[in-house]
Amino acid sequence: MAKIELQGLVKEYGKSRAVHGIDLTIEDGEFVVFVGPSGCGKSTTLRMIAGLEDISGGKLLIGDEVVNQREPKQRNIAMVFQNYAIYPHMTVGQNIGFGLYTSKLPKAEKQRLIEEAGKTLGLEKLLDRRPAALSGGQRQRVAIGRAMVRDPAAFLFDEPLSNLDAQLRSQMRMEIKSLHQRLGTTIVYVTHDQIEAMTMADRIVVMRDGRILQVGTPTDLYEHPTDVFTARFIGSPSMNLVAGKLVGGTPSIDGATWDGPRLEGAADANVLVGFRPHDLVVDDMQGGGLVVTGTVTAVEPLGSETLVHMTLAGTTVIATAPGRVVPKIGSAITARAEPGSLYIFDAATEQALGRV
Amino acid sequence: MSSVTAPTGELAANRLNIRPGRIIAWTLLFIGGLIMVSPLLFMFSTSLKTAGQVYDLRLIPAAPTLDNYIKVLSDGRFMRWFLNSTFIALAVTVSNVFFDSLVGYTLAKFEFKGRYFIFLAILSTLMIPTEMLVIPWYLMSSQLGWLDSYWGIMFPGMMTAFGTFLMKQFFEGVPNDFLEAARVDGLNEFTIWWKIAMPMVVPAISALAIFTFLGNWTAFFWPLIVTTSKELYTLPVGLSSFAVEQSIQWEMIMTGAALATIPTLLVFLALQRYIVRGVMLAGLKG
Repeated sequence: MAKIELQGLVKEYGKSRAVHGIDLTIEDGEFVVFVGPSGCGKSTTLRMIAGLEDISGGKLLIGDEVVNQREPKQRNIAMVFQNYAIYPHMTVGQNIGFGLYTSKLPKAEKQRLIEEAGKTLGLEKLLDRRPAALSGGQRQRVAIGRAMVRDPAAFLFDEPLSNLDAQLRSQMRMEIKSLHQRLGTTIVYVTHDQIEAMTMADRIVVMRDGRILQVGTPTDLYEHPTDVFTARFIGSPSMNLVAGKLVGGTPSIDGATWDGPRLEGAADANVLVGFRPHDLVVDDMQGGGLVVTGTVTAVEPLGSETLVHMTLAGTTVIATAPGRVVPKIGSAITARAEPGSLYIFDAATEQALGRV
Repeated sequence: MSSVTAPTGELAANRLNIRPGRIIAWTLLFIGGLIMVSPLLFMFSTSLKTAGQVYDLRLIPAAPTLDNYIKVLSDGRFMRWFLNSTFIALAVTVSNVFFDSLVGYTLAKFEFKGRYFIFLAILSTLMIPTEMLVIPWYLMSSQLGWLDSYWGIMFPGMMTAFGTFLMKQFFEGVPNDFLEAARVDGLNEFTIWWKIAMPMVVPAISALAIFTFLGNWTAFFWPLIVTTSKELYTLPVGLSSFAVEQSIQWEMIMTGAALATIPTLLVFLALQRYIVRGVMLAGLKG
């Protein structure tokens, strides 16, 4: 197990810079998820940690040693790839054992480790099968087994669940998480799926355009996003963001009223007012806060609740209604968000100004 | 979709799905097959005839005999040529598969300066016909002392531009994740090529191996030029010497040819599915 430190890590492809000097310390045994849209530099960062991409600048330390110039095999890390990268011409057992190809362990010991990994991942009956005869989830487990069997200092996962269907994905999320709890090995995990990030990570690293925007626990990021991008990216459905004004610390939006605290010390400015769909509740008029009136444009009944789309200040916002309430499209509707649930962002810099 | 159906057997005909287009296709294929097979049949037929019966064009000889086979097989030269051809075809095939794949893999999977230039240079040699190359090859062999040697016969074909091109195209289809996973697992680049990439392009390797083997088994022009000693003749060159020396002994030539086709037939029968795929690949990729 090992701590991983990124110190001013830079990646350049010719003249273009894909990663702009990022700093991050991943503690020993921590589960860190890099999240961000395609092309944000998260996979490139992971590949630099793995040694599959040259580092253009900065330092990478694994277990307190600078490993910039080391080959992947000398870094004692294991990686699981998006398309599993399990070899079709080898059986499951051989695939798992391939992680030990360069190991000098005796054959019997290797076999024991393969069987042990197979057992941990529920593959013990499939060790003689070829990958073609396996389901997507089983293939992913084989890939994890190959990484596990080496007992590496850290596991690197590059979007490992994106080829699986939704149900399997949620099952594998829990399996990877419980595997981490059992093994306690450092995990660096890359995904574009914020649900994966939220459900698995000890800490989430939000990236955009080759820069780290915010690092924090899932709750931190959900509750205290530092900018509009993170606010929108974390949480499902996404946070509603509506253009408004801040005058004397009081937010105002066309078509809505605000009866709540003021944002102390804030200058008057054009702002973006954010509120999460789950905080904007239909027909709940008990108390102050933000009261929104609009026309229903779409509804998404989910059983336990209904997502109600409505127009506010020219933008579509989503409110929630209890499961059995399904408002009619075109009908007028009122929804309310409690005081304390509004996020105020500067419209120009998109940085967070505070919560009211 | 129209179908030709007899009023009485409408159901059966429907089940067979007989269409006029299909009947024409079958007829043409049958005629084509007959044209292709008849020289082979005549070859086997002539090999079972005596010298006097050669010009009797009956397909089934009046008095079939295996004397020719006994004569050819007991003639030490034939076996020598047969072994020469086998050794040369196998050695060139192994060399081609090894070097063409290695170069193809390097060109497909490694970024380095001049990669495209090297690839284009290799590719451009495909445009030079063998006839133009024979004189330089001969001069080179002469200067390096390779005339009349196994090496002299083999060296021009040890690596081919077509094979390199074919393998490069196929290695490009191998996802990088597989190679990177192996890199992370600690394998060196040669082992990654041999253990991971090569098994993933088996169809291409098979196609290349089959075509190289058959091409070298039947090679005539260059072995004829580069060899002078009879012990170094390959089978096609040796067989042609029957005609020159012994005033065209057709029955002997045909017997030798019949024996020479046996390995080819075996290769075809054993690897039929790869050959079909290989022809398709060569058509698509070459």
